[in-house]
Amino acid sequence: MTFDDILDLIAAICLLLGAFLSLAAGIGLLRFPDALSRLHAATKPQVLGLLFIVTAVALNARSWSTLLALLPVLLFQVLTAPISAHMVGRAGYRTGNFRRDILIADELEQAVDAATLEAEAAGEDVPDRGVGPSPTV
Amino acid sequence: MSVALTVIYFATGLLFTAAALLAVARIVRGPSILDRVIASDVLLTTLLLVIGAEMVINHHTRTIPLMVVLAATAVFGTIAVARYVSKQDHPAQGEGANPDGPDGADQELDDAAKNVDARDDTIVDDVAEAAVESPEAERAEGK
Repeated sequence: MTFDDILDLIAAICLLLGAFLSLAAGIGLLRFPDALSRLHAATKPQVLGLLFIVTAVALNARSWSTLLALLPVLLFQVLTAPISAHMVGRAGYRTGNFRRDILIADELEQAVDAATLEAEAAGEDVPDRGVGPSPTV
Repeated sequence: MSVALTVIYFATGLLFTAAALLAVARIVRGPSILDRVIASDVLLTTLLLVIGAEMVINHHTRTIPLMVVLAATAVFGTIAVARYVSKQDHPAQGEGANPDGPDGADQELDDAAKNVDARDDTIVDDVAEAAVESPEAERAEGK
């Protein structure tokens, strides 16, 4: 077993781990009960799975420049995954797209209630309970 | 040695196939537009990983630019849809999905009906579809 063989084997195992995380996301999507828990499952392959695949590609090419070329992929994904998860989570909360009966705590509700009370005390027109201060926020 | 690698590559392909099929199943079943957006995001991520895996299996690095572009632009679709859903802010937040408050779907339908004049027809169709399917359909599926 030469050094090349060992590198190939490590790359293959990284591939397998990345594929496994992808499958975990798929199973989570199908099995979890509401949109917010599915969001949790969906983020597994986005960062760690990609990290495994990037490692595998760099090991397979055996070059540092390949790793350098793949770093932007990882960087973009790490930068943008929280943004999209935040937007989807926020939209999910506002449209009531979650199961309140399986929530343990809802700290946002207290904040929304407090803001509503404050706005009413200030004499502002509060359309309905639960709507944020402005739709453009 | 090469037999072991072949087996691992084959297993990798199987796992990716299963992951993509499960994501497609969630896109088809919904029930809300947010579930579909999340599932399509997973499908895109799976595609990104498959492109990387293909480079390893076939020993080349030609598709790295494709990965960079995909990783950089994947976020826009999700944000566009999530942003649009946010504009549908409906008052009974949370209660639509609560088994004790079965009036959530009606509320959403009312909202959709109110918006019929103001919005593009196709968009309203989507809203109505999402509203009709949302909480009741989910429970009917045996969740």
